[in-house]
Amino acid sequence: MPRDLSIKKVLVIGSGPIVIGQAAEFDYAGTQACRSLKEEGLEVVLLNSNPATIMTDKDIADRVYIEPLTVEVVEQLILKEKPDSVLPTLGGQAGLNLAMELEEAGFLKANGVRLIGTTSETIRKAEDRLEFKATMEKIGEPVAASLVVENVEDGLAFANKIGYPVVLRPAYTLGGSGGGIAHDSQQLVEILENGLRLSRVGQVLVERCIAGWKEIEYEVMRDSAGNCITVCNMENIDPVGVHTGDSIVVAPSQTLGDKEYQMLRTSALNIISELNITGGCNVQYALNPDSFEYCVIEVNPRVSRSSALASKATGYPIAKVAAKIALGYTLDEIKNAITQKTYASFEPMLDYVVVKLPRLPFDKFISAKRTLTTQMKATGEVMSICDNFEGALMKAIRSLEQHVDSLMSYDFTGLSTDDLMEQMAIVDDMRIWRIAEAIRRGVDYDTIFNITKIDRWFIDKFAIIVEMENALKSRELTPELLKEAKRIEFPDNVIARLTGKSEREIHDMRHENGIVAAYKIVDTCAAEFAAETPYYYSVYGSENEVEETRDKKKVLVLGSGPIRIGQGIEFDFCSVHCTWAFSKEGYETIIVNNNPETVSTDFDIADKLYFEPLTPEDVESIVDIEKPDGAVVQFGGQTAIKLTEALMKMGVPILGTSAENVDKAEDRELFDAILEECGIPRPTGGTVFTADEAKEVANRLGYPVLVRPSYVLGGQGMQIAINDSDIDQFIGIINRIAQDHPILVDKYLQGKEIEVDAVCDGTDILIPGIMEHIERAGIHSGDSISVYPAQSLTEGAKAKIAEYTRRLAKSLHVIGMINIQFIVCGEDDVYVIEVNPRSSRTVPYISKVTGIPIVPLAAQVIIGKKIKELGYTPGLQPDADYVAVKMPVFSFEKIRGADISLGPEMKSTGECLGIAKTFDEALYKAFLGAGIKLPRFRNMIMTVRDEDQPEAVEIGRRFEAIGYHIFATSGTARALNAAGVKATPVRKIEQESPNLLDLILGHKIDLVIDIPAQGAEHSRDGFVIRRNAIETGVNVLTAIDTAEALITSLENTDIKKLTLIDIATV
Amino acid sequence: MKAFLILEDGTVFKGTSIGSTRDCISEIVFNTSMTGYLEVLTDPSYAGQAVVMTYPLIGNYGVTPDMESKKAWPDGYIVRELSRMPSNFRCEGTIQEFLKEQDIPGIAGIDTRALTKILREKGTMNGMITTNENYDLDEILPKLKAYTVGDVVSKVTCEEKYVLEGTGKKVALLDLGAKNNIADSLNKRGCEVTVYPAHTTAEEIISSDPDGIMLSNGPGDPADCTSIIEEIRKLYNTDIPIFAICLGHQLMALATGASTHKLKYGHRGGNHPVKDLKNGRVYISSQNHGYVVDDESVDPAVAVPAFKNVNDGTNEGLAYAGKNIFTVQFHPEACPGPQDSGYLFDRFIEMMGGAK
Repeated sequence: MPRDLSIKKVLVIGSGPIVIGQAAEFDYAGTQACRSLKEEGLEVVLLNSNPATIMTDKDIADRVYIEPLTVEVVEQLILKEKPDSVLPTLGGQAGLNLAMELEEAGFLKANGVRLIGTTSETIRKAEDRLEFKATMEKIGEPVAASLVVENVEDGLAFANKIGYPVVLRPAYTLGGSGGGIAHDSQQLVEILENGLRLSRVGQVLVERCIAGWKEIEYEVMRDSAGNCITVCNMENIDPVGVHTGDSIVVAPSQTLGDKEYQMLRTSALNIISELNITGGCNVQYALNPDSFEYCVIEVNPRVSRSSALASKATGYPIAKVAAKIALGYTLDEIKNAITQKTYASFEPMLDYVVVKLPRLPFDKFISAKRTLTTQMKATGEVMSICDNFEGALMKAIRSLEQHVDSLMSYDFTGLSTDDLMEQMAIVDDMRIWRIAEAIRRGVDYDTIFNITKIDRWFIDKFAIIVEMENALKSRELTPELLKEAKRIEFPDNVIARLTGKSEREIHDMRHENGIVAAYKIVDTCAAEFAAETPYYYSVYGSENEVEETRDKKKVLVLGSGPIRIGQGIEFDFCSVHCTWAFSKEGYETIIVNNNPETVSTDFDIADKLYFEPLTPEDVESIVDIEKPDGAVVQFGGQTAIKLTEALMKMGVPILGTSAENVDKAEDRELFDAILEECGIPRPTGGTVFTADEAKEVANRLGYPVLVRPSYVLGGQGMQIAINDSDIDQFIGIINRIAQDHPILVDKYLQGKEIEVDAVCDGTDILIPGIMEHIERAGIHSGDSISVYPAQSLTEGAKAKIAEYTRRLAKSLHVIGMINIQFIVCGEDDVYVIEVNPRSSRTVPYISKVTGIPIVPLAAQVIIGKKIKELGYTPGLQPDADYVAVKMPVFSFEKIRGADISLGPEMKSTGECLGIAKTFDEALYKAFLGAGIKLPRFRNMIMTVRDEDQPEAVEIGRRFEAIGYHIFATSGTARALNAAGVKATPVRKIEQESPNLLDLILGHKIDLVIDIPAQGAEHSRDGFVIRRNAIETGVNVLTAIDTAEALITSLENTDIKKLTLIDIATV
Repeated sequence: MKAFLILEDGTVFKGTSIGSTRDCISEIVFNTSMTGYLEVLTDPSYAGQAVVMTYPLIGNYGVTPDMESKKAWPDGYIVRELSRMPSNFRCEGTIQEFLKEQDIPGIAGIDTRALTKILREKGTMNGMITTNENYDLDEILPKLKAYTVGDVVSKVTCEEKYVLEGTGKKVALLDLGAKNNIADSLNKRGCEVTVYPAHTTAEEIISSDPDGIMLSNGPGDPADCTSIIEEIRKLYNTDIPIFAICLGHQLMALATGASTHKLKYGHRGGNHPVKDLKNGRVYISSQNHGYVVDDESVDPAVAVPAFKNVNDGTNEGLAYAGKNIFTVQFHPEACPGPQDSGYLFDRFIEMMGGAK
């Protein structure tokens, strides 16, 4: 069927800020879809509140609205832009839910707008639990039997019917407390009685237990003519019980015979047909490892994280094809972009193995529980490709950038075998390392399987890796052994460690024996057809397929690896724009990255894509083959910067700011010298390696001091210490995250925090704008609300900032991007606190709100152009007509046990934007975009430390004025009441009910303002209050400035009708 | 033990011997299925050929009770890696042992992707698997060039007719190298299936008064099957409904005046899209063929194309005019591969007058 010509203008809804469970994969899907729609000549209107995305670029859509994702905004936008269609299936759950609300309210119909991609009826059938169950029953697809019971008798009867074990899940208890697995009637009665008592509504769900079954996923596509294909299937190494986003996933499935594979494939096609889905769909199954019995766990009638992974794993562009299907095309009319010979109605065949590992944030949230459950916790993921499973796993491990490079990276040798066996039952991110240790000790596969339910095939593969460790330790390193070690992707440094040789020796021995990486193409078809798209992965011991290219200058762009707190999608935005800019300048572009969720790893962004770990060795193998004319490291975050030295050793010129100048910014003493030379003040401080040295410096400066490791991003390990014992604790933590570089100790200054991104061409600088943080210094810039243009700076301070930026950029010989953070104390005392001679987190945001394409400009400067010849006047650019507020968004409810209080270490996972003509409206939009919709119950709790009480009282007064009833802990209540603000004192949580916790759990509280004391000595009470509030869905603010911003926004109740701003016109 | 794969063009791959250590000369073809290696090994259509599996990890779930015939047929087996420890609840043994038992020589540890690319670029060619390190190319290459698949249908067909009991329609299945699931698919739908050896005369089949005739898949060059084609022409001339798969489809075309030709490297795998030309629907099919019916050679008065391959546009099925006959190039019986076109067996039952 040709395309539906009545579709002319489409509204695409994005997924909003990055949160755990909804991340960059939707930027990838959305960007691909928008490009696919534009390719068809359609006008694309885009709505997404996330400014860090590529999809919100004016190159991607015709009209770009970075506005809150609320029903009101979409309605208003539809009235303004009058699209004829809405494509809701590319923006994750957020986009889907919005579209459904509009459809159900009849708004779309009333305005002549239709949903394309998939109908609301389909979405309902897939998403509504009851309708889904009924649909599956209708077509005979099994779902895990379940029943809600209100008494023990019903529970017993149902369990007898479906058979033990059963899972019990009490309704409405916090974090699933009171639930469990019952293996017999006695356990059932015990757990069920307790669960019924704990449940607020006296209900418990009794469900057939499928924990321990294999978890298998299918990615399916269907068009409006009813043609269906599966793009690929994936097997979770972790059996059912761990969220697929937190599981180790392999594609295609490894332990399924054709009978099981086809049984589930046919089921998936039946489901997508019955649901009448047009587009992509993900079906998750639990498969009994001992029979053909299976059940459907879940169906996602839209593109998803799994579909992004499937796209990258196979080369099949699911989102692009889904967009074409939405326009009416059938699968056999859509060309396969990789082969250009086959069509989209063709199932990819892999001739390699793909492994995905989750990037879990436990290095950020050290207090958090590492246990993996059905609640996803990963912030990102890495993928690797190899022609054997062991190699794919080894590559994925070192792609994580979590100081792991093999199955030896977590040390469990200290555990007794009994303890090890006990701990193997723990399902967390270190499980495969415990299994490896068990294998080392000779524990048999059956025992390991019985504890973990991980298929013996995978256990055997871990064993092959362990056997290689032993071989390298005990045998002479012959070329044959080395070849085999490389075939399963042991990195040189690990081989060196095990053989007692140096990494250089291993490297040389490899080259002497011709043991070098070869590259194969991901071509969707197992070499059946010639592929047009150079999408490569490395293997050892095979023929190299890389086509030699020499006609253009070549640039190597290093990506930013997995998304983690502190290094997110922003850096992918920068990498992609850098690639495009170089391409425009006539370069051949080569991207190296390992993150399957991103736009940069889409096969048509760069001329060549290497899906590889970002370690010096892996990059060197690519360099050996490609011999690039230069590498760009300033756009890929810390991941790329860390490769600078290694690249120079390989003889690859670093384009832009030189490595030695990057070093100057990081090296304390060199940097101090530069500041002195430039006449720029900075907080006094020192460089230390040990806790004793740190204490000495701290005492000399006077507490509080800021303690942080050098060479990290996102303030990892950064803390404010108020006494010696804090120092001991922090240095301990820093050393635990394997610090090779010195630790910095600085005087902590409390002032306004200011941030600037600039482009420098060696002579002139261009500063698009100055950003001011709402929260004063001490809170990580990534977690602060950031306002452009700065609202409270004097002209003098602004001039000083611009001048300091110029001096720093010049003396660091910056060519390209620089990011500087300042503290302004008083009128115009400006201090520099941090300089990063690279692209930063704020670059996408400042580019969009100023309309200045910073990354392309920087790229042009890097290749030798001058700011003046590019049509810009150097210096600080005039303020835009708009005020933009960047609001951090957190995922605290997902990470059990994480402390949510803000500090110098970054904790937010994403951001959203509020842009408007006035500051008040921009702020209101930003809060709205972050999902803070107040007031509701008009009850709040305040508990602040003594020194903040004067400010807190004024904030309390303003909340009271708009009708809030304030509950407060005794000290805070006293202060409020004394100042004439009515506050009801509440008991602390260790005191008897009703206390603070009861109040929070009563679901009648809008907001908790809890300002914890600085330093390590966080009160246990405060922690419990904050956790409980977060898990009950209560907003929690831990900085006085954030609270002030919120009340300011709430006072402006007249901002009801928002003015929507098309970023493409800024 | 070392093993070598020597191609007709002189290319040599060095690997490790698997299965039997005897030498074999055969036609080398590749299959892109990611699962179903056992079904491939036991598909009689591979007689006279050595198969390369493009998926690099083979044997992961061992030998399961999924054989498509009583033994393994390929002359040789070529893989990247054989799993040393299979894992599956139905696993009865390893592929390593199976290949030995079946006396199939093979080679593992070679760059199967590079080999596949050679076959794709240069077309299917002959080759030799040997464990003799002192092979002499000058001596071997002429032998390789001389190899032809020959009459393999006689090798793979059943020796005597046999019956799968059923209470529904009576189907006569001409076994040209049939995979078990053809008979099973009919039997599962209630049919009584009588399986006849390939060289059974048309008269014998007709005289058994079947409700329908099924022509199976099978190995080799269809044009070589001259005597069978003669018999099939006689079957065509009856009013008995006929459904044919793969070789059966090609033989029916040849019997009615059309011609076939050899594809450069064939279609072997479980991902080939075929389009039903009547309603435009596309199905993903299981395929295993090196020859194809020439569309232009089909007299429209005799038959019209019913299916075509979406990738290369080649013929995938014919509907015979004025006859209760339809034939397909692909494998609705799957095993291995997608089950999307299994409905064709229902269509055949309907052609025979519906289920009894």
